Amino acid sequence: MAMVLNEEAGMLKDAARGFLADSAPVAQLRKLRDTESADGFDRKTWAAMAEMGWTSVLVPEDQGGVEMGYVAAGVIAEEMGRTLTASPFLSTAIMGATALSRFGSDGQKAEWLPRIAAGEAITAVAVDEGRKHNPSSVATTAERSGNGFKLSGRKSFVAEGHVADMLIVSARTAGSGSEDEGVSLFLVPMGAAGLTVDRIKTVDSRNFATVTLDGVDVTADAVLGEVDGGLKALEAVLDAGRAGLSAEMSGSAQQCLESTVGYLKERKQFGQIIGTFQALQHRAAHLYSEVELGKSIVLKALQSLDAAPDHAAMMVSAAKAKLGQVAQLAAQEGVQMHGGMGMTDEFDIGFFMKRIRVAEALYGDANYHAEKFARMRQY
Amino acid sequence: MSDLESFREEVRDWLEANCPEEMRRPMESEADAVWGGKKGQYSEPQKTWLERMAAKGWTVPEWPTEYGGGGLSKEEAKVLRAEMQRIKARSPLQSFGIWMLGPALLKFGTHEQKLEHLPRIARGEIRWAQGYSEPNAGSDLAALMTRCEDKGDHYLINGQKIWTSYADQADWIFALVRTDFEAKKHEGISFILVDMDQPGVTTKPIKLISGKSPFCETFFDDAKAEKRNVVGELNKGWTVAKYLLTHEREMIGGMGSGAMRPAGDVAVQMLGKDEQGRLADPLLRTDIVRLEIDGLAFMSTMERVLDEAKAGQGTGANSSVLKYYGTELNKRRLELMIDSAGQDGLEWGADDDVAATWLRTKGNSIEGGTSEVQLNIISKRILELPSA
Repeated sequence: MAMVLNEEAGMLKDAARGFLADSAPVAQLRKLRDTESADGFDRKTWAAMAEMGWTSVLVPEDQGGVEMGYVAAGVIAEEMGRTLTASPFLSTAIMGATALSRFGSDGQKAEWLPRIAAGEAITAVAVDEGRKHNPSSVATTAERSGNGFKLSGRKSFVAEGHVADMLIVSARTAGSGSEDEGVSLFLVPMGAAGLTVDRIKTVDSRNFATVTLDGVDVTADAVLGEVDGGLKALEAVLDAGRAGLSAEMSGSAQQCLESTVGYLKERKQFGQIIGTFQALQHRAAHLYSEVELGKSIVLKALQSLDAAPDHAAMMVSAAKAKLGQVAQLAAQEGVQMHGGMGMTDEFDIGFFMKRIRVAEALYGDANYHAEKFARMRQY
Repeated sequence: MSDLESFREEVRDWLEANCPEEMRRPMESEADAVWGGKKGQYSEPQKTWLERMAAKGWTVPEWPTEYGGGGLSKEEAKVLRAEMQRIKARSPLQSFGIWMLGPALLKFGTHEQKLEHLPRIARGEIRWAQGYSEPNAGSDLAALMTRCEDKGDHYLINGQKIWTSYADQADWIFALVRTDFEAKKHEGISFILVDMDQPGVTTKPIKLISGKSPFCETFFDDAKAEKRNVVGELNKGWTVAKYLLTHEREMIGGMGSGAMRPAGDVAVQMLGKDEQGRLADPLLRTDIVRLEIDGLAFMSTMERVLDEAKAGQGTGANSSVLKYYGTELNKRRLELMIDSAGQDGLEWGADDDVAATWLRTKGNSIEGGTSEVQLNIISKRILELPSA
């Protein structure tokens, strides 16, 4: 597959950049923070995104979607990374749509996919339980109870959990500790008895949730995919999210680089534009090279998901590991080269540093994915 | 069946019938590479493979047939490369003529120059050397002082070149010379082709820290060149040189990837695994996995830059990113390889001498424009940062 965007994806990229610059720039995130928005995102913007088909980018046509694939979804995520647009796009349009379209039963698809496509339902994936991402380490239990299951446990760092209409929850139906077998996935509607959702504000002015399940009853129809064999589906859903996050981080890194180079061309010290100093030129040029490598591996990962989603894991881990490193470098170099201004709340560069730190930790940081890559390479 | 698919079958059949068995194994040492030229000594299978490929024009598949090429489209050339890869066929000919001079002649040469030189490059008859750097013109290449005077019916050349790769094995040299000493330094340079088989041209190998001598000094003492051998306009050689350097950068940058065994596999072979199946040296393992991930990102970038160029979206300055990153990556790789080889890797003069290769890679980020020069180019041409 040629490593260039086709015409359709290229047009989507231009449209997304234009829309986000106008309707959801960094100033919007700043405002959401300063007004202490309870949602943490702007519902009008979200509705406009749905109108443009972004929420249905991975929803099959027979479920009301436009099914443009992961490269297209990544293009949108990348542009959102440039503006730090807060929205449930990743949790819903990428991960929720992937979960249901690939692993949902006919009934589950019919119930959720048209609503996701229309921007009417928000989904969130509740996977982690400890400080670090580790999808096979599941202590939450799902005990058989009558015709269904009873879920008990605690999930942390659930992106968009505070606004979700439905949670995709991993729980143990068998086994223990970190065993691969025995993990199952459940669709849990918000408002179920015994379900508590606590909003957590994070450093990037976004919101996550801690979810407590205290004997939540679900029917057998709530199981997504196979009982005991849910980890494979979960990994596929996570890989879609990881690729989307990598694309977002690539966009953020590009924006950090561009803002920083712009600043180097304006700021004067010692009677000179500081961009004439070779010490800074070489740092910027090195950063440019890293950002270019980041763009390439992200496109490779997205293309792999489109071509053969079951064989994309290694490329996705490579992308998440590489972008974790590249985006953090971009943020850190960005703040440093902005000098004192980089430390002020008034400048946007700090917002990028904060969001990149969160995106890096979400669904496995660079070390997690480097380790996973090494294991897949059998060393 | 599409035209491309029938072409693929044709290529497959032809390769099956014509690629000697011996040429379907990976190259193991420098001696396995065929560089052509009048001085080269090659085995029968090497000669046969080169002759057959050259007869098809497939040593330079995309060059026009009238200049010894295969006249293939980009898509057909891709099919040929893929089919060669499939049977692990070696490249029939390594050549600065193909990688560097050829593209410059195709762009800047006259029809007569192309007819004279390109077919001989394609057939591997003439081995070319590159005469760019001088003792006082390294990173500041345009400071070169080799003197080229117009003597009416010929040019007379005096001066010294350095870092001329394999000049002692070469037949001709393409060189940058100063033809106008009054003009500004970039504007008095010409690009000239010189036959090395004359008393005025001598070479002397330079022994490197690796113990090997892939480079020479080349001396011009009243060397002669025909007047028809200036490529491009007189005094406009810098334009040709810059174009050619772009090709050289991509070539050197590309050495950081490609057909080499993955670093992780080599390390496991050297050091083994622990009881959990991980490379026995945990800190080395961390460095290796980061190298492999960067390598994957780098190869994806090579692919993307190529595809963007095809789609007319590329920026030529990206060759500096490839040169910079590829060579730094290759140095990192060899540091990890000599780490993996441990004390055994310190042996000097062994068959698979990792120490010599390790030392050789240190030159990758110096030759063809240092890493620092590449960063300058990225700053200036891509980021458009101002000059002091």
